[in-house]
Order: sequence, then C-alpha cells, then structure tokens
Amino acid sequence: MISPASTLTATSAAAPAEASSAPPETAAPSRRDYTSLDVELSGVGRAFGSRTVLRDVSLRVAPGEVLAILGSSGCGKSTLLRAVGGLDTGNTGEILINGSPVQRYDERTAVGFQEPRLLPWRSIHKNVSLGLPRSLSKAEGRERVDELLKLVGLHDRASLRPREISGGMAQRASLARALARRPGVLLLDEPFGALDALTRLKMQDLLLDVHAQTGTTVLLVTHDVDEALQLADRVLLLGPDLAEPHPAEGATIARLISVPGQRPRDRASAELAALRGELFSGLGVDSHSH
Amino acid sequence: MSSTLDTPTAAAPADGPGGSPQRRARRGLPGGGLLIGAVVPVLLLALWWLVTEVTGTFTAIQLPAPQAVLSAGVGLFESGDLFEHMGISLQRVLIGFGIGAGLGLALGSLLGLSAIADKLLNPTVGAFRAVPSLAWVPLLLLWVGIGEDSKVILIAIGAFFPVFTAIHSALRHVDAQLVEAGRAFGFHGLRLLGTVQLPAVVPSVFSGLRLGLAQAWLFLVAAELLAAAEGLGFLLTESQNNGRTDRLLLAIVLLALLGKLTDTLLGVLERKALKTWA
Repeated sequence: MISPASTLTATSAAAPAEASSAPPETAAPSRRDYTSLDVELSGVGRAFGSRTVLRDVSLRVAPGEVLAILGSSGCGKSTLLRAVGGLDTGNTGEILINGSPVQRYDERTAVGFQEPRLLPWRSIHKNVSLGLPRSLSKAEGRERVDELLKLVGLHDRASLRPREISGGMAQRASLARALARRPGVLLLDEPFGALDALTRLKMQDLLLDVHAQTGTTVLLVTHDVDEALQLADRVLLLGPDLAEPHPAEGATIARLISVPGQRPRDRASAELAALRGELFSGLGVDSHSH
Repeated sequence: MSSTLDTPTAAAPADGPGGSPQRRARRGLPGGGLLIGAVVPVLLLALWWLVTEVTGTFTAIQLPAPQAVLSAGVGLFESGDLFEHMGISLQRVLIGFGIGAGLGLALGSLLGLSAIADKLLNPTVGAFRAVPSLAWVPLLLLWVGIGEDSKVILIAIGAFFPVFTAIHSALRHVDAQLVEAGRAFGFHGLRLLGTVQLPAVVPSVFSGLRLGLAQAWLFLVAAELLAAAEGLGFLLTESQNNGRTDRLLLAIVLLALLGKLTDTLLGVLERKALKTWA
C-alpha cells in the first residue's frame, strides 16, 4: 500500500520547488471571505454493533490548522472524519466546532470524498454550484463558482460533463464544490487516494495553494505517510494504544506529531525522513530506510 | 500554479469522450441506416407479391396480394371506417397507458423512496404482478361490463407493471454515494429527490415507459378481440368471421404502424431527456 508512494518521493523531489515558484495568478477569493474554525474532540468513540472502532479520541485542532489523520486501512480514520462532518451521528463523546456541537450534515463543514461523486448529468459548473449555500443569489453563486473553477484550474472545462474529464480534474471539481460553501472546516477523506502518483503530487500542491488562499481548517484522512508529512501541521496516527500492555479493541491516538518546517516542504529533507520512519513503524511497517 | 496542473490532464478529454468521433463516423452516411433497414421489408414485400400475384401459390383467402390489402384499406378509408377503427384504438391505448404509467410512476416512486412503504406494499404488488394480466378479463367484464372502461382498465393494468418495476428498482439502486454527497451539501426531501434521485433514474424510467407502451398495445388487441364493436382488434375478429383476409392483414399492418409510431414518439422524448439528464 505504502511503498509505491515512498519510492516516488525520491524521483519527484524537484517537483514542489518548480510548482511553488510561480505565484498563484487566480482571481483569488480574499482570505477574509473564509472563516477557519477550531474543532474540539473529547472522548470521541464509535462502535458498530459490538465492535469498537474508535475510542477515547481527544484533541483540539486550531483554526487554520491542517491535520492529517493517518492509520492503517479500516482503523477508523474515515469514521472519525464522518463524525466531525455530521455524516455519521452514532459516536460517543463530544465534538465541538467553534464551541458548539456538530449538527447532522453540519453546514460549517464540507466534505471532499475519496471518489469525486459528481452528478454525471450535470456540467462541472453546475456540479460545483451544488455546494453553494442557499443564502446566495444566483449571480453571486455563479460568480463564486467561476472563482473556484479558476482556483482549481478548471475554468475552461466548466461546461463539460464529469465523464468528459480525467479523474484528477473530477477530484479538483469535487474540491471546488466542497469550497463553495466556504466551510470553516474542510474534511477530506483520502481525496487523492484513487489518483495516479503524479496527479496526486500535483493535487497536493493544489491543496496547499488552496489552503494558503483560504486559511480554512483542514482535516485530511490519508494512508499515505508522505502526503501527511508534506501537507500537515500535525499528523494524528490512529491505532492501538501501544503504551498499554494489553491494548483494548478500537483505534485511538497512537501518536500526534508536529511536522516541522514551512510548506511547501522539501520532500527529500532528512528531518522528514526521520518522521517518516517513525510513522511507518507506528503503522507496523518496516520503512527499509536503514 | 494552475497551469502546471493542466499538463498531465490536458490529454485526458481527448480519450475521455472517446465515443464521439466514432459516433460522428457512424453518422457519416446520412440516411444510410434507413436504407439498409429497408432492404429486408422490401424483399419481403416482393416475395409476398411473387407468391400471390405471380405464381399464385396462395389463394386470396389464404394470403391476399399486397394490392388487395391496399385496396381494402382504400375501401375502409372511403367509408370512413378506417380512421374510426384507428382512432378509437389509439384513444384506448393512450388513455389506458396514461393511467397505467402514471400510477406505475407514482407507486414505483413511493416504494422506491420509502423503505416503510416498500415493506408494507411490495409483497402485495408482487402478488398482483404474479397474476397473468389477462386473467383479470372475466372479472373485469363481470364487474365493469363490456364498455370502454373495462378495456381501458385492462390496458392500464398492462402498462402499469413494466413502468412500476422499472422506476421502483431504479430508485432502489441509485448510487448511495451520490445521495450521501447530496445530503452532505444540504439537500434533503424533495430537493434531494429532484436534484439527485429522479435524474439518476431517468434512463430506466424511459425504458420502462417504452415497455409499458408495448404492453398497452398488446392488451388493447386482447381487449378488442374479446368484446368490442369497433377498433383494430374488432376489425381483426370481424374480418376473420367474414373471411376478409385482406382486411385482417390490413389491421395487422396498421397495428404495427401505430405501435411503431407511438414508440418512436416516446423515443424522441427519451433522447431529449437523456441529453439533459444522462
């Protein structure tokens, strides 16, 4: 699962420098338009029937922070994210956004799914406008969608249908749709997981770009250690609590690591390599780095 | 930044809508498909003419010549009976189909969208569907009588089930991920239905409607064969009783033409809808 991504970092080390050299030349929405909200989890758990998936997750995500949620497959990463977005309401504990509890399908959040989930019968423009808040007038909505399509580089594909664009473009449209309501918290559930390695790197740069322009709080679920290190302020590793002699069922906070350095980060830095090794071993994978 | 992003994907749209250049090539010969499609009917007509007019293999009672069928049509046209038969049959089909398809759409939507309604009603609807629809005929005649109502009801029954089944199963299989995405962006209830669920089932609904229309014509003939004083089905039985094989064949040809015509009209609507929704 993880090895292809880690081998890729060596070959692609030059990419971010090149990508970041050009300043974003979009009719960018001003950062003031966006709000970034804090997320506070206290004692969050989730069980499906008798099987405990998550337990005792407590953590505060600062406004504007990018938190990567990492963990092996099926460990409850997506479950946690869905709980924050109010897509799943069966959890225990408390989740507060900006101090008030999460509502069902909370409007302060927006979700980017692993699949683009675009409506195949609608143009890209109309798909993105699906994410607009109801309060907007038609003209304001159109203007905002145009703005977002420029931001994700799809303004010249606005009238195409989803099946007429590539997977990477569809995922960018999905990101634009999530941004359309100017969410205080952007929830991304392995948004680049299904993309090819090169497109994934470009999407990561795009996300950094979007974050630099919007300042929105981002919770990013990923199974890609390098993606987490490249994008996040902090990495939350979900898994069994290794400090306990006999860990109970269900994933919890195995590690919470602050990633040093300003973004975009040098993918080949030694500091990150050390963290990568630590995260891999936390995931129970030999990083083969020595 | 955005320009660097376009490079890997710029090639994609070329292979994305890959169907279109092929489709254009297929359309290269305007009317070519029509011409090829006409070959077999023309050959059959020639064969028909050959075995009746030329070789005389069949008597006029067994198989009248094409010209005889045509003149039978002209005769009925001049007496005014032709359009009367066609009109009343078309009217019965349209009313019956309208009622049956409308009820099928309504009940299919209800059961497809509401799990409770599905659990409550689906076994009953399934039981009624298991009855071969023509088995209702004696009961209909007994309850409703031989008038227009019983014919229209029978046709409605015939049109109902294909439409009901199509929309019911299509709604139950709408991509759950799309529905969830709709909910996540604040859509629910009727807005969700109109934005995600209904558009998603448009193609299946139309194939159900076309099946229902074919069933409506089938049940029209059944109804008119059994009890009618006018209509194309009546023309069939009457001609059989009078030994007018020419009129009998005429009625069959007219049924084929009307069936094809209504199906084509529905097909035009379908293409328009698919252009918008699929």
